Amino acid sequence: MTPFWKSRKAAKAAAADAVAAAALRLDADDADVRAVAPPEPVEIVIQPAKGWVPLRLGELWEYRELVYFLTWRDVKVRYKQTVFGASWAIMQPFFTMVVFSIFFGRLGKMSQGLRLPYPLVSYAALVPWTLFATGITQASNSLVASQQLVKKVYFPRLAIPLGTVMAGLVDFVLAFAVLVVMQVFYYTRGQANLPTIHVIWLPLFVVLAFLTAVGVGLWLAALNVEYRDVRYTVPFLVQLWLFATPIIYTSNKVPEGPWQLVWALNPMVGVVNGFRWALLGGPDFPHPGPVTSVSVFACLAILVGGLFYFRRLERRFADLV
Amino acid sequence: MSTASSRPVIVCTGISKQYEIGELRARYRTLRESLTSGTRTSLRRAKERITRAEREKVDNTIWALRDVTFDVNKGDVVGIVGRNGGGKSTLLKVLSRITDPTEGRAVVRGRVGSLLEVGTGFHPELTGRENVFLNGAVLGMRKSEIERVFDEIVDFAEVSAFIDTPVKHYSSGMYLRLAFAVAAFLNPEILLVDEVLAVGDAAFQAKCLGRMSEVAASGRTVLFVSHDMGAVNRITQRCVFLDHGRLIEYGPTDRVVAQYLDSVTGEAQLKQADQAWAVRLESIELLREDGVGGNSLPFAAPVAIRTRWHCQKDVGAVSFLMRIQASDGAIVGTSASVDQDLVLSPAEGDRFELLWSSDGLPLVPGTYRVSLVAKGRLWHNLASYERVMTVDVTNINAPQRYRKRRTNDGNVLLTGSWRQSDGSSAP
Repeated sequence: MTPFWKSRKAAKAAAADAVAAAALRLDADDADVRAVAPPEPVEIVIQPAKGWVPLRLGELWEYRELVYFLTWRDVKVRYKQTVFGASWAIMQPFFTMVVFSIFFGRLGKMSQGLRLPYPLVSYAALVPWTLFATGITQASNSLVASQQLVKKVYFPRLAIPLGTVMAGLVDFVLAFAVLVVMQVFYYTRGQANLPTIHVIWLPLFVVLAFLTAVGVGLWLAALNVEYRDVRYTVPFLVQLWLFATPIIYTSNKVPEGPWQLVWALNPMVGVVNGFRWALLGGPDFPHPGPVTSVSVFACLAILVGGLFYFRRLERRFADLV
Repeated sequence: MSTASSRPVIVCTGISKQYEIGELRARYRTLRESLTSGTRTSLRRAKERITRAEREKVDNTIWALRDVTFDVNKGDVVGIVGRNGGGKSTLLKVLSRITDPTEGRAVVRGRVGSLLEVGTGFHPELTGRENVFLNGAVLGMRKSEIERVFDEIVDFAEVSAFIDTPVKHYSSGMYLRLAFAVAAFLNPEILLVDEVLAVGDAAFQAKCLGRMSEVAASGRTVLFVSHDMGAVNRITQRCVFLDHGRLIEYGPTDRVVAQYLDSVTGEAQLKQADQAWAVRLESIELLREDGVGGNSLPFAAPVAIRTRWHCQKDVGAVSFLMRIQASDGAIVGTSASVDQDLVLSPAEGDRFELLWSSDGLPLVPGTYRVSLVAKGRLWHNLASYERVMTVDVTNINAPQRYRKRRTNDGNVLLTGSWRQSDGSSAP
């Protein structure tokens, strides 16, 4: 029988060794860091900001890894514990297209005057629309959903809604793949063309849809911190916006002339027209003309306004959320 | 470079933070409230509106911080103490740029890492591995940095077997260990730590404190909020004492912690005599063998404490407790009169005197506080005077090693005898 203190002594010695070893590792680690990254003199001035403040997009760039991780988290988490997983990304726009084709295409006679099949036409619009609609819905709730982060850690708050909208790009790619399949399918049946050289403009319209979603998302996210009404307004807003955008119908249903340009102040008009022109083309979808410029202008106005508004409210987020 | 490094790394000048109480209570308002309050005010006359707005401002706001000014030098480990609502957490939030100050200006020189909560940004659906990266990124670490210390984080957290399991399946202990481990490998020049160590079991807390000491020892600047005066004493050299948002004192830890503890109840209480205790303490004094007055006491010297009481109510039986607390708040020991069968039965209006004496307290040199409690027949408090007197045990006559300021010996010099024994295992 070992005396009672001996076993404890041994255990204690082992524990002490472990602690010492850990300490050594930590020290070694510290030394490492100093060798790798000599501390650059950073000076941060903290003072009350009055009114409009600079955007400090450079700082956002420094935190790009965080934006990446937040995006990646949203992508990872979005379809966890769902049966269909990522196929939701395809099913949402696809079944919307099916419903639209039955109710608006067939019963509503929206396909009249179209040479291209209505399902392809509406789906080509639903793909960027879904990017936008999910983007603003998720972004509007993003700050409130991340209030733990907002209240406990400092980083440019722009990273949160930005990451949320970026996560939608993954869904977009999946839904877009289905669009390609559909177009090839209709091409083999002789009902659609393959894309022409105009397809090189497609990324512009993706970026336009993305930036519009970010811009609108910033406004809604910042507003939602102070006014929780936003939560109830967004689904309604998305619904109205859907009808204000040529998704169910095509833009030639809207009278020609200056109204087309006023209408294009809705950047999603430019996105959808551009998408259809760049991908489907043909007599149905001629070059959208000045509509695109107006939409780009409107998008930038929303985005820049959203950025400044967001930054202006940002300093109160932690107190309000 | 030398001039740069000798400049303080944190300079706070008149930092104030005002909250609308509405913000604290209702948190957010609805659009309707904004609209109605907007139209209501716009209907008033301008002059009336101004006075009303001013009055509301006075009524509905509190200053969580008011004119806080202090500097922290490079490598300092500074504790922030104070009661709840004193402004400690708000100060850290301002310094870590989570919230803007309402007034004032702070300059922070160096990369700041703030740890106001462990596990910020942890997502239950993600695995331990994924959360380490996410949490690291949230705390401001680069991906390459996290990759380099990843294995050590997992070792430190002792969760290597579960690192690819979603953290929602973790026990709360595992969750906390992993969360703290990420934070422990945060490598900023300035570390701001809120009461994050007050979580988990004792072993975990000890581990966290150990790591904190290491960080402190490695020459980094640390600001550390805690209610645990023991931890503050062990880790910090200087302390900020905040009360109702104001900086009351900033100086060496022993002094500031003592002042904080005094303010919590303290010596002022005796003078105030605001409590309508049934038995009132009228005076207390420390008696030394050599007759010298004051509150200092040589190490292990014979000592007595004389108290005078006034019985204000007919209470039946009264017995007394005398309790000694160390400067970190830990209770060193208690002496109860009832153990020596001293129970008094004073009549209403009686005055009496008590003497407690000892041939020598084995207290390690330091500052101690004496509390007195009068207990009734049912062991209820007839009076309670917390930390009513300070006793400074000096190192006169103390063993040589107590001449050095800090020891790890605890508060009591243990009795017992050492000898070299013959056998190898006999006790």
